[in-house]
Amino acid sequence: MPQPAVIAPAVIAVAGAAKAFGAVRALDGVDFAIRSGECVGLVGHNGAGKSTLVNVLNGGLTPDRGEIVAAGEARATYDVAVARGVGIRCVFQELSLCPNLTVAENVRVLREGSGGFGWRNRAAATVRESLDRIFPGHGISGHAGLGGLSIAQRQMVEIAIAFLDVGAPPRLVILDEPTSSLDARRGRELIAHVRRFCAGGGAVVFISHILSEVLEISDRVVVMKDGRVAADRPTAGLDARGLVSAMGSVARERAARRAQPARSGTPLLTHGSLAAWPGEIVGLAGLAGHGQSEALAALYLAASSGWRTGRDPRAAFVAGDRQVDGVFPLWSILWNTTTTVLPDMTRSGGFVDRAAEAAFGAEWRERLAIRAPGMDVPIVSLSGGNQQKALFARALGSRAPVVLMDDPMRGVDIGTKQDVYARIRTEADGGRTFLWYSTETDEVCLCDRVYVFREGKVAATLGGDEVTEENIIAASFGGGHA
Amino acid sequence: MKPDSLRVLIPALSFAVLLAAVFWLQPRAMSYLGLNLLFNLAVPIALATIAQMLVIAVNDLDLSIGTFVSFVACVTATFLNDSPVLGLAIFAAAIATYALVGVLIHLRELPSIVVSLGMSFVWGGLAVLILPAPGGSAPPWIRALMTAKPPLLPMAIVASLVIAAVAHLIVMRSSFGTALRGVGGNARSVERAGWSVLKLRAATYALAGLFGVLAGVSLVGLTTAADANIALRYTLLSIAGVILGGGEFTGGRVSAIGAVIGALTLTLASSFLTFLRLSPDWQIGAQGAILIVVLAIRLVLNRQERRG
Repeated sequence: MPQPAVIAPAVIAVAGAAKAFGAVRALDGVDFAIRSGECVGLVGHNGAGKSTLVNVLNGGLTPDRGEIVAAGEARATYDVAVARGVGIRCVFQELSLCPNLTVAENVRVLREGSGGFGWRNRAAATVRESLDRIFPGHGISGHAGLGGLSIAQRQMVEIAIAFLDVGAPPRLVILDEPTSSLDARRGRELIAHVRRFCAGGGAVVFISHILSEVLEISDRVVVMKDGRVAADRPTAGLDARGLVSAMGSVARERAARRAQPARSGTPLLTHGSLAAWPGEIVGLAGLAGHGQSEALAALYLAASSGWRTGRDPRAAFVAGDRQVDGVFPLWSILWNTTTTVLPDMTRSGGFVDRAAEAAFGAEWRERLAIRAPGMDVPIVSLSGGNQQKALFARALGSRAPVVLMDDPMRGVDIGTKQDVYARIRTEADGGRTFLWYSTETDEVCLCDRVYVFREGKVAATLGGDEVTEENIIAASFGGGHA
Repeated sequence: MKPDSLRVLIPALSFAVLLAAVFWLQPRAMSYLGLNLLFNLAVPIALATIAQMLVIAVNDLDLSIGTFVSFVACVTATFLNDSPVLGLAIFAAAIATYALVGVLIHLRELPSIVVSLGMSFVWGGLAVLILPAPGGSAPPWIRALMTAKPPLLPMAIVASLVIAAVAHLIVMRSSFGTALRGVGGNARSVERAGWSVLKLRAATYALAGLFGVLAGVSLVGLTTAADANIALRYTLLSIAGVILGGGEFTGGRVSAIGAVIGALTLTLASSFLTFLRLSPDWQIGAQGAILIVVLAIRLVLNRQERRG
């Protein structure tokens, strides 16, 4: 009888996983497997589906389609409890501990370690031991309140908890941008620990935007793009350049670049090394959460708030996160669009000129083709795309010479996007300035000049024909030269 | 450890200052009998404050606790006195209702302020139905318990210590209490760790209902009779007690010991003003002023700590 080849069993394998959020296909048929002793690097640009895949692996999301085999068994139901049962742990990108609890209490809340009398001291001792092992000289007490720790220390605690050797022992640890808030030394210590963990039979999925780190730590790199696995190769023989080209798209037709507006005199506004001249469409790019929204907010607040703002608005803002800082959910579409222009429609005595307001609404409904039964229906009755058009009308309708846009196309359908792109070009030709943060590279490529952000600062400035997907990805990952 | 101890230290200090002022104004209060008189009515307030603290720990607010305690007081002075089994059954149903309110708030993602404000009218209405006019009488056992004279320390102090210890064990030391505060701190992470936030919230509300029941029963033990409006001010007193005791409205930052101290401080503040011979017309305003001063001190200290 022939002996079967000895192959380490997959800790978890998903086949044909698909998950859609509304019209967005976050995962579009993904096959992914990881074996004991393996460290897999997972890379991809914004919205490539990395986070969705991570959430499927840790049981937080149930895919619409696809099979999951964990610890050698096909799982019909796969949720957080099952994932924990087979030893899958996860360190999330955003810190996911409770800041009001102590380190030991967080261990308990994360269900690592047992309850019962004296659990507090046991939890503190085990987490200390884990911290000592991974980050020697960390100086964190197990009874310290988490709120009093620095971001880096919190990240270290979260990593230490994920590698805790209690309960179901960890067999796969998913690290989502674990080094983003650690300094170089702690980052090295983590990489060393991941190596030891894998050598001892553990498996790690390592997600990072620092490609040199991914190349150093992983045995295999999986590149995701548009909800699919674009490449799955052994790390040996790969370099940062190869990864960047795998993440980008193959040559794609694109609209002719519009003529560069003539720059004259001083810029209309500046923020650090960022500057914008009249009539320009300036793009802010880079990975999500690297300071683009903060830069826009700082620019807008500098131009709008204060006691002595005059009657002439200096900037208008289009929110991307509609529910948080965009719509007034109880108001009609009309009221939502006219908030920026009310001072212009105020008659003597401080009353709103209703007729002028209605005329404004009718005009912008026409211009942006807002599909609604009437402008006085509640804004929340509209689809997301049409709500966003109302927010565009609010900004474009004002007399402000600068329009700041904070990833305004989130969840907007393609038809609306084309309408708005055309509108933005027309307005820019008319001399208006646009600052446009977008997580979609296609949109950034429409801009005249692009600032790529990394870690809160402008990492690269691309102008004219340099604005290509490949250049933007290379600058936002900074893998080659970081 | 440090922010937590500071959380209790400031309320304890302001309590001590106020107590010293009362003793200075009225040295006779510094006796077994005097202390009991000073803090008698603090016991039900402390229990209601613990109930409020539980709800605040999960980032909610209970505006119905005052009418709920009134309702419980009415049941205690009537049903619990006449047929204890029926009385206890009513309490069990009331606690179950509290848990259901928690479930409703969680499932429908309703603002707890609105739901509990609505419930306050329900409890208030039920209280009026049970006791349209002040009356009823306290069951003898609760009367005996509340007026007992233990050696060394008066009953009011002993009861406060017991309440603080029990609440501290449940909320600050047990696994359940830790998860409960975790819901207030980062509900998503608690959910991702495999806890049922629905069950946690239901249990929190049920526990709050239990403490509300204890508050109503102990109140009748002191007053011997009940009235449908007997505890209306408990809603605001309990919220003030939690905040005065170092708790915060959001983020699951609460302290059980602090909450009891907060309730004692509020009771003491009104005695202090009486000893000052301040006219009752001015007392509520002056009580508010004391609250603002204490909270302002805390704010300043917190800021300095953050800077340092």
